[in-house]
Amino acid sequence: MSYEAVIGIETHVELKTRSKMFCGCSAEFGAEPNTHTCPVCLGLPGALPVPNEQAIEWIVAIGLALDSTIAPWSVFHRKNYFYADMPKNYQISQFDIPICSDGHLDVIAEGELARIGVTRVHMEEDTGKSTHVGGDGRIQSADYTLLDFNRAGVPLVEVVSEPDLRSPAQARAYVQELREIVATLDVSDARLEEGSMRFDANISLRPQGSEALGVKVEIKNMNSFRSLERALTFEIERQRRLLDAGTPVSQETRHWDEAAGVTHSMRSKEESSDYRYFMEPDLVPIVVSDEWRERIRAGLPELPARQRVRYIALGLDPGTAATLVAGGLGSLFEVAVGAGGKARTVANWLTGEVTAYLRREGGKLSDTSISGEALAELCRLVDGGDLSISAAKTVLEGVLSGEGSPREVAERRDLLQLSDVGVLEAVVDEVLGANPKEADRLRTGDMKVLGFLMGQVMRATRGKADPKLANEMLRSRA
Amino acid sequence: MTDLTDLTVRQAAELLRSGETSAVELLEAVKEQAARTEAELHAYLTLDQEGARAAAVAADESFGRGEDLGPLQGIPVAVKDNMVTRGVETTAGSQVLAGYTPPYDATVVKGLRAGGAVLVGKTNLDEFAMGSSTENSAYGPSRNPWDTDRVPGGSSGGSAVTVAAGSALAALGSDTGGSIRQPASLCGVVGMKPTYGLVSRYGLIAFASSLDQIGPITRTVEDSVSVLETIIGHDPMDATSYRGEAPEFRSGLDEGVSGIRIGVVRELSGEGIEPDVLDAFTRQVDRLSDAGADIVEVSLPSTEYALSTYYLIAPAECSANLARFDGVRYGNRVDGGTVEEMMARTRHAGFGPEVTRRVLLGTYALSAGYYDAFYGQAQRVRTLVIADFTEAYANVDALVSPTSPTTAFALGARTQDPLSMYMSDICTIPSNLAGDPSISVPVGVDAKGLPIGFQVMAQALGERMLFRVAAEVERLAEFRRLPSRKVAP
Repeated sequence: MSYEAVIGIETHVELKTRSKMFCGCSAEFGAEPNTHTCPVCLGLPGALPVPNEQAIEWIVAIGLALDSTIAPWSVFHRKNYFYADMPKNYQISQFDIPICSDGHLDVIAEGELARIGVTRVHMEEDTGKSTHVGGDGRIQSADYTLLDFNRAGVPLVEVVSEPDLRSPAQARAYVQELREIVATLDVSDARLEEGSMRFDANISLRPQGSEALGVKVEIKNMNSFRSLERALTFEIERQRRLLDAGTPVSQETRHWDEAAGVTHSMRSKEESSDYRYFMEPDLVPIVVSDEWRERIRAGLPELPARQRVRYIALGLDPGTAATLVAGGLGSLFEVAVGAGGKARTVANWLTGEVTAYLRREGGKLSDTSISGEALAELCRLVDGGDLSISAAKTVLEGVLSGEGSPREVAERRDLLQLSDVGVLEAVVDEVLGANPKEADRLRTGDMKVLGFLMGQVMRATRGKADPKLANEMLRSRA
Repeated sequence: MTDLTDLTVRQAAELLRSGETSAVELLEAVKEQAARTEAELHAYLTLDQEGARAAAVAADESFGRGEDLGPLQGIPVAVKDNMVTRGVETTAGSQVLAGYTPPYDATVVKGLRAGGAVLVGKTNLDEFAMGSSTENSAYGPSRNPWDTDRVPGGSSGGSAVTVAAGSALAALGSDTGGSIRQPASLCGVVGMKPTYGLVSRYGLIAFASSLDQIGPITRTVEDSVSVLETIIGHDPMDATSYRGEAPEFRSGLDEGVSGIRIGVVRELSGEGIEPDVLDAFTRQVDRLSDAGADIVEVSLPSTEYALSTYYLIAPAECSANLARFDGVRYGNRVDGGTVEEMMARTRHAGFGPEVTRRVLLGTYALSAGYYDAFYGQAQRVRTLVIADFTEAYANVDALVSPTSPTTAFALGARTQDPLSMYMSDICTIPSNLAGDPSISVPVGVDAKGLPIGFQVMAQALGERMLFRVAAEVERLAEFRRLPSRKVAP
């Protein structure tokens, strides 16, 4: 039988606010364990939470970017469960009245556009981090566990999608798009390797054409786009085999084992966890006034989807537009085009040589000395015949590594083409004079000799002669 | 020479300013009194000898420089042991926190220190403030100085005893369902619960966050004003802290009650109230009437459900608030084979029966399938209680009732019957549900010579009216007695 996958994704995004969600401690990543803590984020007796306004502003920005409805009045709840690295043994989260609801995100995967519903975007606090020491590194066999509460209380945004996703590729496109949005909004480092973006997925299979939902499995521990796609692909296959064999899929939480490339059962979901949610009595409701919301909306940057559409209108193909946006190359592209660079040429330089350079050097764009103006100048030099393509590549490297503007680099390295008509005429005359036999053949219309004479011109100019111009000049002497 | 430990805060403050005594002398007198009485009364869990001495010396030096930090400068004050004190053991009356030394001061403690008060020590309480007799303390009960076979009330029993017995001149208590007013009533002192949010809860070890309030226990209404002035104000560390300008309330103390409308709450002033208590209450209402107050009967029908509402909301909140006591980061730990086992054993060993009962009750009330029938319903009833009060205050300036349906009961009399213990707070609970201010003022004694308290309630932020009426009640009752010092050797 053929099946359709039904996938929903919960994405956790750690905000990059300077301080934590409910106290003034630094939220910075990577400090010495337990140095960024205070009575509040350690849950000491008597301590109380006070919300971080910046975090609320940013979650509203995310909600607006996803076309969500922003609740004028929402509340925090306590989510109760015991966990050694959760200081209060309840997490302050949101339950029935999230700040943002009913949004959507348009994604393109495998050439198809799909609108994925975003059920809700809500605010919560992160837990601490456990390190199990001894044994195989898992809690069961460990000798002891070290707890680091630096991350406890860091603001987390949870974006919950509708089960609208139908394939692993689409799921990947969805989370990539989400990552681009939070990166564009500049509200999260969105670094998967540091855990500032994490995914859980729900997946079930149903016979093609069926409306009823199958038994749902939750997958955890996917920490890259690739592992999300792999895990879903694996799980679809696993569930398909079970269904084909007539074995029921059990509702459970499964762990993605990146090394082995398989999911395995974590715990049975037969007894659903009871978090005993109730309104957090230490906090007052979050009130987002119309005025505040609109101020946040007005301050939103252009979102990736719009940016891509605009670039396509400038003459780029969709793939190049997407690469520019995803690579964070948009602003450079726009300055270059504004300074007179041709859109397609600029885009080609950015997605080709510039990207290759960054990959090779392992740095960020902001670490280089490239500017939009420099890119535009490089394009002009090529178009005006002052630089050959291969010389331009060399010049670009020089510009990226801080040697100066394209013209400066080209001059210093003596890479500018000889396109001065007067100078070139003189060289041509000189070559013809030095090779009378070949000059005669040319005058009688024997074009076979052209190649030899071009070679001589190039040699005389040490390769810098504009080949097109030199060629024209020689032909005019025929 | 007067006994310094018999003084009110105001009298002591005058002696300090006139130079007739010093903060160090005052502290010594109070400590001597504690030394005489503690073996029997057990009001303190911890005496901060060094810290108190240093604070008294500092207060005297401050006076010497001509500074005046306010009415509590140099005054020995006791603090209930569920408010954290930097460097001084804070247990909340629980085994689970035995030996715990907080790294920070509660905002109220900071306020007292800034006001030059001398913190004598930390007072005994029902474990995590759960109880109405101070018998639930893991460190043994406190005793009522009027009759040491009787309870001082609870949960701020220790604080009420220090003020009644003279081992402090004023104290802080916390009131979740009556825990300041009820022990004040049983010990013959003044206990006041401010409007929710007016005093910061930061550093108060939470029992039920939406109901808890810190407030003063003193010998006079005026002293209550002095303590409240010192600890009041917006606290950026408490999101529920009141942001507006703190109300002024001292100026009402001498205005009397002429022309004021006072409502007698029918549901809290009849059935279930001991005859002696009711008599004293009625006499007092008559005096208020004679003094020019307009007395009307007021019905708050939903208060009938206040007790059951309270015993769903408070345990529900406490079940979450007490979850942090798991042996992982501080306090006592009982080892186990797994983390879960360690937590379960720690909690089993650390919590007494009443705390365990309420945590279980709250966990159950919040659990899936029961939430709406219990917690959700309780929240709806709470809204009705608030509406009842709002409606009442549209017609009256203050409401009155007895504070406690009985005077001090015998130690052990109610410990085996939680429900009868819960009834002790029946008159005080409604104002916690509403978040309004209320105060208990002693107005007399019963046939056994045990003090009787009179409760005044006012609308939110109505502290000025509350103190105005309370001061008149105090004047008319002409009752300001301390227990006979028969516990002295």
